[in-house]
Amino acid sequence: MSDPKAPAGPDASGADETVVGETVADETVADETVAEETAADETAADETVAEVVFEEESLDARSPMGAWRGFVSRTRTGDLGSLPVVIGVILIWGIFGILNPDFLSSSNLVNLALQCAAIGTIALGVVLVLLVAQIDLSIGSISGLAAAILAVSFTQWNWPLPVAIVAALAVGAIIGLFYSFLYTRFGVPSFVITLAGLLGILGLQLYVLGSLGSINIPFDSWIVRFAQQMFLPPWLSYLVAVVAGAGYGITAYLAAVRRKQAELEAVPAVEIVIRSILLFLLLGVAFWYLNTNRGVGLMFVVFMALVVILNYALTRTRWGRSVFAVGGSVEAARRAGIRVNRVFFSVFVLSTTLAALGGLLAAGRLAAANQSSGGGDTNLTAIAAAVIGGTSLFGGRGSAWSALLGIVVIQSIASGLTLLSLDSSIRYMVTGAVLLVAVIIDALSRRSRAIHGRA
Amino acid sequence: MTLAQPIVPPTRTDPPVLTMRGMGKSFGAVQALAEVDLDIFAREVVAIVGDNGAGKSTLVKILAGVHPADRGTMEFEGRRVTVSSPTDSRDLGIATVFQDLALCDNLDVVSNLFLGREIGTLALNEIEMEKRSWTLLRQLSAKIPSVRIAVASLSGGQRQTVAIARSLLGDPKVVILDEPTAALGVAQTAEVLNLIERLRERGLGVVLISHNMADVMAVADRVVVLRLGRNNGEFPIGQVTQEDIVAAITGATDNVVTRRASGTRGHEDGS
Repeated sequence: MSDPKAPAGPDASGADETVVGETVADETVADETVAEETAADETAADETVAEVVFEEESLDARSPMGAWRGFVSRTRTGDLGSLPVVIGVILIWGIFGILNPDFLSSSNLVNLALQCAAIGTIALGVVLVLLVAQIDLSIGSISGLAAAILAVSFTQWNWPLPVAIVAALAVGAIIGLFYSFLYTRFGVPSFVITLAGLLGILGLQLYVLGSLGSINIPFDSWIVRFAQQMFLPPWLSYLVAVVAGAGYGITAYLAAVRRKQAELEAVPAVEIVIRSILLFLLLGVAFWYLNTNRGVGLMFVVFMALVVILNYALTRTRWGRSVFAVGGSVEAARRAGIRVNRVFFSVFVLSTTLAALGGLLAAGRLAAANQSSGGGDTNLTAIAAAVIGGTSLFGGRGSAWSALLGIVVIQSIASGLTLLSLDSSIRYMVTGAVLLVAVIIDALSRRSRAIHGRA
Repeated sequence: MTLAQPIVPPTRTDPPVLTMRGMGKSFGAVQALAEVDLDIFAREVVAIVGDNGAGKSTLVKILAGVHPADRGTMEFEGRRVTVSSPTDSRDLGIATVFQDLALCDNLDVVSNLFLGREIGTLALNEIEMEKRSWTLLRQLSAKIPSVRIAVASLSGGQRQTVAIARSLLGDPKVVILDEPTAALGVAQTAEVLNLIERLRERGLGVVLISHNMADVMAVADRVVVLRLGRNNGEFPIGQVTQEDIVAAITGATDNVVTRRASGTRGHEDGS
């Protein structure tokens, strides 16, 4: 559970574990997953509506059976989407739930949700970079630097907290600005740029921390309370569930009406009603279960909100379309009049800023910043989460939800193995195996898509 | 052996949409285009043929604004214009479909059609875009199974159709097709040729670059032959045989004679 910074100072890891252990640490997993699945479902549903209905093989997609047949056909030809991860999550939860019933306890799920937020936020940035077929290896260092800046400026220099937070985020954004300048101006591969960044920024982090090495952030500061103790009030969580379900239903219905007016195929009203009720139930039950313990962590809510916003930006805005276009074919995007350099610029800046934000969340949860903040496996966990969640390493395919799905898989494994009293050696090996499986699935589905002419 | 004077086809009375005179382009020491004249008329398919290195691609790239010309003048609808960037070309109303099509395989048909000119910025108007896509594709009688499938899953002919349809969204006056039938099967080639005829029916000036004589004879109204960066004959289809064109391409016969011969034979062949 305190995975990302195993080799951290005793101080740091201790703090982390305390937080986690506070409520038997296990619950996070289930909760998060439920929420995540719901969310994923929501988007997936949204997209499925768009896709399935208009797909040629499912001309009868207006009926639920047709939608199902379209889904099966797409899956068979290698268009797997989030399916493997969802199955993976269900398997992992099932297995750990059987091995140790505590795993699915609400307290564990509450913690699991909180654990996912920080690295999940970083993974969200990774998704963006991967979508344009680039990589950022320095996200861990950036998150560590952000944590260090926050801790030093807030506790040593007595900056107001908001200023310290903004400063840390701004440094993250500047790093992205620098990367995109190097990439677009000199054409240096992002792999190399960010590898240099990994080292250079780690150095910067150590420099900022200075001789102290580890700085504690006061427990009564807002950021620590936010990351450790703030939860949605139950009434608000149920309101969120209602709003999400109703909001989805209403927007989908309005879209369907407008599509019908435009004489395009539209999702039948029955299906929309079923979908939105399912969404509401899923969220409602998940929130209810979490509320039997401490509730839905505010930090997790913020992470979810970021996922939803980014998903909207990627799928419903011109900017998102150009990100996918650049990931699919830079040359085609350029000829279509997309300012490719601006897309790279926005993606690098967003991803490094999200990395910095993830670092702040991690620092809040740890209530400290130290030399190993953002070190250890933070980097690779974030990248692995994006890939496990279904974002292709080859660019142009993926979704914001993959950050959520992927981080839930990884943290579930971590939480489950910790509950089984297996140490981090096993955890690394299992996570490595899962990552390998995810990449193999990606490669296989690519091949299958190519064979079936859906590359 | 080569001929530089423009040959206005006797059938045309309306002024050309686009006129190029004495176009020249060198890449370092290599003279890709020595001196080429070209007229493009509305409602007409003009094929540009020539051997490798004849200057076809260079001419297309000048038209598309990829490379600015070193010499020569261009008139668009009677106005003197310079095309120094792809944007200039597009703004004039010249749409170019390159041989590699420049489609994003991971995006669906609608996204590809509207790439770079989506309707709506912060909230894409998918409904409007989809509706217009259907309208456009129906006008072209395109056989696309669905506008919501990824372009990767379309056949070569369908991909070509999508690329051509995309060029029409800017409401151009001239469409340039670079080897649209290369790498296509027989049925797909026929599909694309039909499409080219529909472009002509829409009143567009179509420039067709092709190696395939059968396609050129099937769909073009006029053939412009380039050889070694110069004009080497211009023939109205129907008054010319494939052999004449090939002869002009390879430079096997004296150009003036060829032209004379094709001129006299034209009356017998009719069309």
